Amino acid sequence: MSTKLLGERIKRKEDPRLIQGRAHYVDDIKLDGMLHMVFARSVYAHARITKVDTTAARALPGVVAVYTGQDIKGKLGLVPCAAGMEGLKIPDHPCLAIDKVCYIGEPIAAVVARDRYVARDAADLIEVNYDPLPAVTDPLKALEKGSNVIHEEFGDNVAFVAKLDAGDWKVVEADSTLKVIKQRFINQRLAPISMETRGVIASYSPGEDTLTVWSSTQIPHILKTQLALMSGVDEARSRVITPEVGGGFGSKLNVYGEEGVACFASKQLGKPVKWIEGRRENMLATIHGRDQVNDLEIYVQPDGKVVGLKCLIVADLGAYHQLLTPAIPTLTALMILGCYNIKHVDVETKGVFTNKMATDAYRGAGRPEATYIIERAMDLVAHELKLDPAEVREKNFPSPKDFPLALPTGVTYDTANYQKTLKRVLKAASYSKLRKEQERLRKKGKYLGIGLSTYVEICAMGPSSRMPAGGWEAGTVRVEVTGKVTVLSGASPHGQGEETTFAQIVAEELGIPFDDVTVYHGDTFQIPMGIGTFGSRTTAVGGTAIYNAAQRIKKKMARIAAHKLGIKPGALQFVDGKIQTADGQKSIGFGEVVAEAIFAKQLPPGIEPGLTEHCVFEPPNYTFPFGAHLAVTEVEAETGEVRLRDYFCVDDCGRILNPMLVDGQVHGGLAQGIGQALWEELVYDENGQLVTGSLMDYALPRAHQFPWFNTSNTETRTPVNPLGAKGVGEAGTIGSTPAVVNSVMDALRPFGVRHIDMPLKPEKLWNAMKGGLKTS
Amino acid sequence: MIAQPFEYHVPKTLAEASQLVAQFGAEGKILAGGHSLVPMMKLRLASPKHLIDIGRIADLSYVREEDGKIQIGALTTHYNIESSELLKSKCPLLPETAREIGDAQVRNKGTIGGSLAHSDPAGDWPTAVLALDAEVQALGTGTERWISAKDFFVGLLETSLAPGEILTAIRVPSLPARSGDAYVKLRQPASGFAIVGVAVRLGLDEKGAIQHVSVGITGVGPKAYRAAAVEGALSGKSPSAKRLAEASEHAAEGIDVNSDLYASATYRAHLASVYTRRALEKALDRASGK
Repeated sequence: MSTKLLGERIKRKEDPRLIQGRAHYVDDIKLDGMLHMVFARSVYAHARITKVDTTAARALPGVVAVYTGQDIKGKLGLVPCAAGMEGLKIPDHPCLAIDKVCYIGEPIAAVVARDRYVARDAADLIEVNYDPLPAVTDPLKALEKGSNVIHEEFGDNVAFVAKLDAGDWKVVEADSTLKVIKQRFINQRLAPISMETRGVIASYSPGEDTLTVWSSTQIPHILKTQLALMSGVDEARSRVITPEVGGGFGSKLNVYGEEGVACFASKQLGKPVKWIEGRRENMLATIHGRDQVNDLEIYVQPDGKVVGLKCLIVADLGAYHQLLTPAIPTLTALMILGCYNIKHVDVETKGVFTNKMATDAYRGAGRPEATYIIERAMDLVAHELKLDPAEVREKNFPSPKDFPLALPTGVTYDTANYQKTLKRVLKAASYSKLRKEQERLRKKGKYLGIGLSTYVEICAMGPSSRMPAGGWEAGTVRVEVTGKVTVLSGASPHGQGEETTFAQIVAEELGIPFDDVTVYHGDTFQIPMGIGTFGSRTTAVGGTAIYNAAQRIKKKMARIAAHKLGIKPGALQFVDGKIQTADGQKSIGFGEVVAEAIFAKQLPPGIEPGLTEHCVFEPPNYTFPFGAHLAVTEVEAETGEVRLRDYFCVDDCGRILNPMLVDGQVHGGLAQGIGQALWEELVYDENGQLVTGSLMDYALPRAHQFPWFNTSNTETRTPVNPLGAKGVGEAGTIGSTPAVVNSVMDALRPFGVRHIDMPLKPEKLWNAMKGGLKTS
Repeated sequence: MIAQPFEYHVPKTLAEASQLVAQFGAEGKILAGGHSLVPMMKLRLASPKHLIDIGRIADLSYVREEDGKIQIGALTTHYNIESSELLKSKCPLLPETAREIGDAQVRNKGTIGGSLAHSDPAGDWPTAVLALDAEVQALGTGTERWISAKDFFVGLLETSLAPGEILTAIRVPSLPARSGDAYVKLRQPASGFAIVGVAVRLGLDEKGAIQHVSVGITGVGPKAYRAAAVEGALSGKSPSAKRLAEASEHAAEGIDVNSDLYASATYRAHLASVYTRRALEKALDRASGK
């Protein structure tokens, strides 16, 4: 193939319009007669609503309508939850609170006005009378007998309990040679904070009885179905358009009450209604991530071989379920073994209601928590047994020959070579030299830390049998009359760059110029079917659907070409705008075959005119990208300040289609993963008030806080899809958090410190070091 | 993130501005760079009925030398101070402080006058003007006075500017011989404001003893302050590492120390000592020509 595109650093097709400010996000869309909506939100974490007085708000000039929970009751469906585990308790979740509020920021009323300024002023005029109830903010206390119950109908605050049990614990517990290591880890609550906040325009046309919604979402097709159901508009007359999306990190893999209310209001008023989320609302009322308490027990042989793992996962779900809220912590249980085939496993996951915003998928979604637990555990094993952390990992890795590897957790890892990535990262960081430097510096009272994390994650979600709404993805390739190619994808990338990757796939397969391929996504009228973008699936699953559609196009074109050339249809090549025999002796222009296919003058018998192929790819398994990360930190003993000095990572995401985009995903992922380790934390006080409700309080990482990331890759192709690609959207986030925490704990080792919970704020480290050096 | 309704006024001259300020009294608020006020308005924590934008008044942005003193216009941006050649040679503490403020966008828009008049308890500028014994010019309707820095900061977000007065300039002495300045700061990782910020001006006599030392501290108490106990412990003494460290122990003496998510009062008081020592060491090195 002469048109070499896959594996190349091709610049993004998306970037010129994005960089020049010529792209259109939801807020850039202005419709004739459009009205603006603002929400009045709860200022209590837990309270009964005794009265909502909207008189003054309605009287403000420019206000068109005010809706409360009572107005939508029975007329607008509930916020949906798609998780379907056994025994799951799903509380009613109205789009506007009706008689009770369960978290601060919960929408109580919506004001629709001629502009958003009037709407905002009117929202302040809504008077809500509350009868406050005690707030339940600590998930462990929420589990205690006698705790206040948030949803009275359930009797307690437990949303679900899931158990995963494998192996023979009698044998493990009877073995007195095993050392048991116990530790509690807290995986703190985080805010996803995409650059673009949420936003929606709903436009109902009474004449046609059609609903068109523009939403900043990761799942246009699922959103279309759900909004049709909620608003009562026929799904076949409902359309969701996803314009440019300025990030989501999972937070837009959801169906939100505000979207439902926008549809309701537009249907009531017969006019387009726009809602754009403010940053403060984004912190309060867009889903949060993580928030687990993990009690871990590790059973290890004296030589460092881990044989058993027990963990109680208490997941703080918040007040209500969003789309996938309860499913996220189950991914933690699924991936808790990490790169290690530990035979005996006992994991219990408890989902708990609290008076906080719902948690849900945030970059990594359950796997960062799992990786953190197992990778911190590996360091504790090394620490307790006085072994090198790299050696402990090596000892517990399965051999590359063991793959596909079925684990006691019920998943089968596709393929990996953990030894190789670990070896590479140790070499890149000059590991043994670093250890010597560490020794030298310690003697001078300077504390250098070296931290490892060898992770595996679960990606390319996933087989439909395991996914609530199906796990396939759809792709269409259509060759136009002029030979230009239109690609439609049901995956709906929100900034990752698949308009480029997908065009690379199709151009290379069809042997045509990259610029001749245009990729569309995110409009349910244009794109026949789709699931969306999440779980590092877009390229591996969505890209495969497109690759398969391109194969069908090639097959059809090859038949037409052979007919025209008067040869038997066989292995024809698509090269440089030509379709030719393997020896290059006979060829015909790509455009000529396209013309024949569409004008249909001399088509071979049995061939339908046209060159449009639609494929749906059903992945037979997940993929399991992996890698090794190493963080070098310096801790100042005097103040506890941490400096991340160097960062090395070797990631394996299967076949790399565009190394530049892989680098971009890894860099961004690292920033978020390191952010959790060192800075980020959503804090609610005991009254359920969000203390870190602005970017002046919530410490989002800044570029200047990072060193240059030393990134590289190995490529172990997955057999799960024909592209061999595994996915890389979340790897950086998943791998980096434990590497940094392990590094800082390593730095503090002379002080006898074993564990400190994230984020590793200077004060916590200073307190831990106050006791002085411990001679071990 | 939408402010409450307000009326917007754009005076062209200082006289016009001070007339508006007097006219609207407590209902009016002066807008300079807007980097403290506008976020507060958007969160509806501040809701002035009248916003008096002095940003279009000519001649309030300058750095110049007059009679051995340096005068800086109130509307001079942090960036213009950071990059001023005159200040780099005559009063390097100011560019060093400016560099530590916010990020490049904030430094391009925010002004020294706006920041001082706002008197944020974790703002950077108060430390420098305190350590420099600067004076602040206040212009009222028909009045003009210079307020010394130590009298300027009254409390949390509170200054000694009288109702109707506009802060128009800052006057600082230039760096004498055998003197050194330093500003060191631990940033709150979200806001970039100071958890602790310490500015020092330190001068040596011919024999190398500390002739003069002034220490301004921000982020620690309800307002920026001069650490008198630290200064007292060093004045007239010959400097040594031990002496600087011991003196720094008094950094938060007598202060009702702040406590928040990023630093408890105990830790913050400790940081105040550490950063004071670091600022003193740096200033001493510079004073000694190191």
